[in-house]
Amino acid sequence: MSTAALTVRPGRGFGASSSLRRNRRWALITSYVFLIIFAIFFLIPPYYMVVTAIKSDAEVARMATNPWIVADGFTLEQFKILFTQTDFLIFFKNTVIVTVCVVAITMVVSVLAAFSLGRMKFWGSSMLATGIFLTYLVPDTLLFIPLFQIVKAIGLLNSYWGMVLVYPTLTVPFCTWIMIGYFQSIPKELDEAALIDGAGHLQMLTKIFIPVALPGIIAAMIFAFTVSWAAFVYPMTFLYSADQQVLTVGTVTSLIRGDVYKWGMLMAGALVAAAPPLVIYAFLMDYYIAGLTAGATKG
Amino acid sequence: MAEVALRNVVKRYDNVEAVRSINLDIPDNEFVVLVGPSGCGKSTTLRMIAGLEEVTAGDIYIGGDIVNDLPPKDRDIAMVFQNYALYPHMSVFENMSFGLKLRKFPKDEIKKRVDHAARILDITELLDRKPKALSGGQRQRVAMGRAIVRNPKVFLFDEPLSNLDAKLRVQMRTEIKRVHQLVKTTTVYVTHDQVEAMTLADRVVVMNGGLIEQIATPQDLYHHPRTHFVAGFIGSPAMNFIRCRLEQNGAGQRVRISETISLPVPASRAARFASVNGKELLFGLRPEHITEPRRSDRDASCEFAATLDVVEPMGMETMVYFTVDGQEVCGRVDPGSARGPGESMRLYADMDRMHLIDPQTGLVL
Repeated sequence: MSTAALTVRPGRGFGASSSLRRNRRWALITSYVFLIIFAIFFLIPPYYMVVTAIKSDAEVARMATNPWIVADGFTLEQFKILFTQTDFLIFFKNTVIVTVCVVAITMVVSVLAAFSLGRMKFWGSSMLATGIFLTYLVPDTLLFIPLFQIVKAIGLLNSYWGMVLVYPTLTVPFCTWIMIGYFQSIPKELDEAALIDGAGHLQMLTKIFIPVALPGIIAAMIFAFTVSWAAFVYPMTFLYSADQQVLTVGTVTSLIRGDVYKWGMLMAGALVAAAPPLVIYAFLMDYYIAGLTAGATKG
Repeated sequence: MAEVALRNVVKRYDNVEAVRSINLDIPDNEFVVLVGPSGCGKSTTLRMIAGLEEVTAGDIYIGGDIVNDLPPKDRDIAMVFQNYALYPHMSVFENMSFGLKLRKFPKDEIKKRVDHAARILDITELLDRKPKALSGGQRQRVAMGRAIVRNPKVFLFDEPLSNLDAKLRVQMRTEIKRVHQLVKTTTVYVTHDQVEAMTLADRVVVMNGGLIEQIATPQDLYHHPRTHFVAGFIGSPAMNFIRCRLEQNGAGQRVRISETISLPVPASRAARFASVNGKELLFGLRPEHITEPRRSDRDASCEFAATLDVVEPMGMETMVYFTVDGQEVCGRVDPGSARGPGESMRLYADMDRMHLIDPQTGLVL
């Protein structure tokens, strides 16, 4: 009896573990298949951009060649013309100025707002927090008409400083909302400990909350950066001279003349414009993922 | 170092009275433990002393001064929290020195104090680590270190050991006691664990329903509880309570706990209980005072027979459970003399340790 039991049990055990291994392998294979499909789907447009940007105008225009490969040998001509004979660098500079200012303004306003709404309970604070989020739900395609009047009245029409003023209407509500959630997740005892240690509210914010909530703040920063870098409707409406224009609108308006599309340069411009977000994402993502709060309280 | 006093302190949240007019005097250097079940107001009381909760009415004194309206940082107190509340982005050294830095202490003084506290707590080699690299016990030591370096007038502990596992809790309990002996400071310690309260405290304050039930030394509390609640809350396993009637039997009194069992009241207590003769009362006796007949000079009339329901061997002793008039009673007998479940056993009630409780007032007579 006992030997029979002994021989049966290991057999069952092996069977169970091998089917588990098989299941796991299948799960792995399926996820890789879908990941590859996903990657191909999203990498086709950038690939097309790269291929077109390194072709000569003649090859782009020739219908006979395969558009997916570079047949005549690659050239950096498109980039050279883009940088030297168009206003692209001005657009780039304007975009950088606007984005840096918008990110800075957004961070200051929304960190302070989120800290007070998330940590200092006062009458109406939760209603106010919901209200802030609701303002985010109004799309810029609706807001640009009334905002046009406001920007005009302030005298910032056709100035990129107007963008510095206008973009935060999109970024502040959402960033505040993200950070309220983040600040609220920090244990209450941490500010009580800081209070007892002798910190005032501002010290509590700068010495405890900002460092602890850094992943949340970086997430909000990435959002503000992306919104500001890629905004289209507002610059399209409020800016009309080349020296004030930003990348998104400037590239399109200066490189499409009537029905003439300078495809090579358009693609080169899009590539260069996409580089800073790519670099920022690559660097900050790790930092964003690293949970700093581990160890604050019993985990 | 300073004494702490609470005068008619009340805390009300909307319509709920969490603390109902309590008075408490804690002399300099005393270790006082507030103990009670969840929601009894002990943590609220501590937080009011810390300045983390506003006082609805009454006054709190630290070192003779009313501190009701002082912010926590100006009360010169240090607090250790249940979940440690260490700053996760700072090293152990930075955590401990944060309060001193904010108070603009010179650098060498900060270093001296942190090193001193680290030596007391045996965490010198951890000073460069971040909290997430520490175990629960180490984190709690750092939290204590953060309090010690400040050299405050009062230490406040809010259930500091609740997050630790059982073994570590016992270890840290001893540690806290040792630290208090080294760093003599007035200490208020909140816990729901009565063993912690008994082992740590110079005096224990038992709270229930926002009121103080009794303030006494651990021994006094154990042997002379003043109320039904304290008698039941302090001691593990808890004191047995059996409905009874006090009967006059010739010259002596007897406690009748069932139709068949009545036990003699010691002559020394007769005068005290004279007024409650014939009344329905609660008879209280701790499990360790219900044993197998041991002493040779025992009073045979204190013995009774019981049929055991459950028998729990604990090694050093055996707990026996039986029912008296439908109420479960626990006794603590020598493992050698314990019988099995379902069997009858002679038991002896040490009536010198008995308590009588008036069920109407909840007071021990």
